[in-house]
Amino acid sequence: MTVTTRLRSGETRPAGAAPSRARRRRVASLKAFLYVAPALAFSLIFLIVPTLQTAWYSLYDWNGLSVATWAGVQNYIDIVQDEQLRDSFMHVGVLVVFYSFLPIAIALLLTMVISRAHALRGMSFFRTVLFLPQVIASVVIATTWLSIYSPNGLLNTLLRAIGLDSLTRVWLGDFNTALVSVGFVGTWLNVGLCLVLFLSGVGNVQPELFEAARLDGASGLQEFFGITLPALRGQITVALTLTVVSSLKTFDLVYITTRGGPGNSTSVPAFEAYNRAFNSGQVGSAASVAVVLTIGILLITALIGRLQPKDTE
Amino acid sequence: MKLSLGEKLVTYLVLVIFAAFALVPLLGVVITAISPSSSTSGFRMPETIDLGNFVEAWDRGHFAQYIVSSLIVTITVIVVTTVLSVMAGFAFARLKFFGSNIMFFVLLAGLLLPAEAFIIPLYFNLRSAHVTDSYWALILPQIAQSLAFGIFWMRNQFMSFPGEVIEAARLDGATDLRTLWQIIVPPSIPSIMTMCLLVAMWTWNEFLIPLVMVTQDNLRTAPLGLAFFQGQHATDYSLLAAAGIIIAAPIVVLYFFLQKRFISGMLDGISSR
Repeated sequence: MTVTTRLRSGETRPAGAAPSRARRRRVASLKAFLYVAPALAFSLIFLIVPTLQTAWYSLYDWNGLSVATWAGVQNYIDIVQDEQLRDSFMHVGVLVVFYSFLPIAIALLLTMVISRAHALRGMSFFRTVLFLPQVIASVVIATTWLSIYSPNGLLNTLLRAIGLDSLTRVWLGDFNTALVSVGFVGTWLNVGLCLVLFLSGVGNVQPELFEAARLDGASGLQEFFGITLPALRGQITVALTLTVVSSLKTFDLVYITTRGGPGNSTSVPAFEAYNRAFNSGQVGSAASVAVVLTIGILLITALIGRLQPKDTE
Repeated sequence: MKLSLGEKLVTYLVLVIFAAFALVPLLGVVITAISPSSSTSGFRMPETIDLGNFVEAWDRGHFAQYIVSSLIVTITVIVVTTVLSVMAGFAFARLKFFGSNIMFFVLLAGLLLPAEAFIIPLYFNLRSAHVTDSYWALILPQIAQSLAFGIFWMRNQFMSFPGEVIEAARLDGATDLRTLWQIIVPPSIPSIMTMCLLVAMWTWNEFLIPLVMVTQDNLRTAPLGLAFFQGQHATDYSLLAAAGIIIAAPIVVLYFFLQKRFISGMLDGISSR
């Protein structure tokens, strides 16, 4: 069959047909391009070109108004040398622990205990509640926690109610607790997300696997490490990507709750980039922070992506 | 598989504890919002329910204006994003053309780039074009960001569309555009709806773009309005709580009705990247 087709197509291709087919293909190609052109224009004008410009800006000293002067890599040297900038990158490292590692660890532990929760009645209610913080505007989340952490807020009221008056403090105004308090909001936000993700992952495991393990007398721990954890590799990768990237991008929460304070104790790169570009007239420095942050996010996304099991593609 | 009673109890206990963990701060907001505004003495259960804070926040905070701004921006972004995503997603899934891979990669970059990567020059570009301090400055960058997700989402959807149906339509002489809108789109409405919901949520909740792009009070979107309101009434937590509820409500109500779409959309959208 294939032989005859090949022969026939070889025989019947007249010399003049090839260019016309190529032309038809070009026209089709052009038509198809029109489908994507508007989207491409949006992407180039509002995302891609400005991103390249950020890299260009980062090589200048500019206050946003007067003429920019060439600074070479000085802005990048400052990121390492300037204590305020260096600290902001350290702080975001702490936030990664609270936004990502803690929620994932807690959710995995819980998944171990309640691995078959998806089969229970009422699970859709719990899923809805656990996921709820994800759909609320970050600004609303921020004002909520601002109120919880306030001197007479929910947290201090609770501490007083159980006789721990000595622990009460101005959580977001204290050098020792401000960063951890901001981080804890991330933990609160992401535990539910990770739990929903992992429980749905366990739900995809065939129940026969668990039954077989039980018949073989596997303990809960063996079951977790033998079946549940391997089955969750994809979900853990997703959870890592989501939570690490969101912690690196932390801006809204810091802007609303602390503006980087007290002192410099909660400043993060995204806040420094905003503040320097739009408040303190250090556009070049802001751009260099943005470049380092962007490269960091892209690198980490790529690295975590390599953990993804190949068969899910 | 049957769960033993003990297992069931433990499971429910864990779920209840963590559901409470998620809910307590939010319930705290609701309780604060219905407490009399004058109570600066801190958090406590109110004796009477007082809805005055909502009225006061609505009036004093200009939230009617902010919500109108948010609606204008959100609806425009949804409409444009949907049309352009459906078209581009169709082309990437079903048409062969020169350079399609590199173009798809460029569009995908929008999914990975954080707003910090482009917002600084974008502001100065738009300022030079005299576009800042207008709805356009809020709408256009938001469309660009939403398109990255939308195209990706629609391409996945259209790639799983049965090819024979499309071939049949072509044999009947339908043009690509007709095939798309009359054959492919109608059965894809559920997935388009999910995309619209997510874009609506992201646009409604967006903070950085409005913060950078507009200074005029009447252009502020609801979250930006709340941020400024918070600056003025920093310690009036009852008023702030009421304002926060007003802003979060539209999306939260949508979420309660369509939670499956929200959750599966957010999780699938990211996991299939």
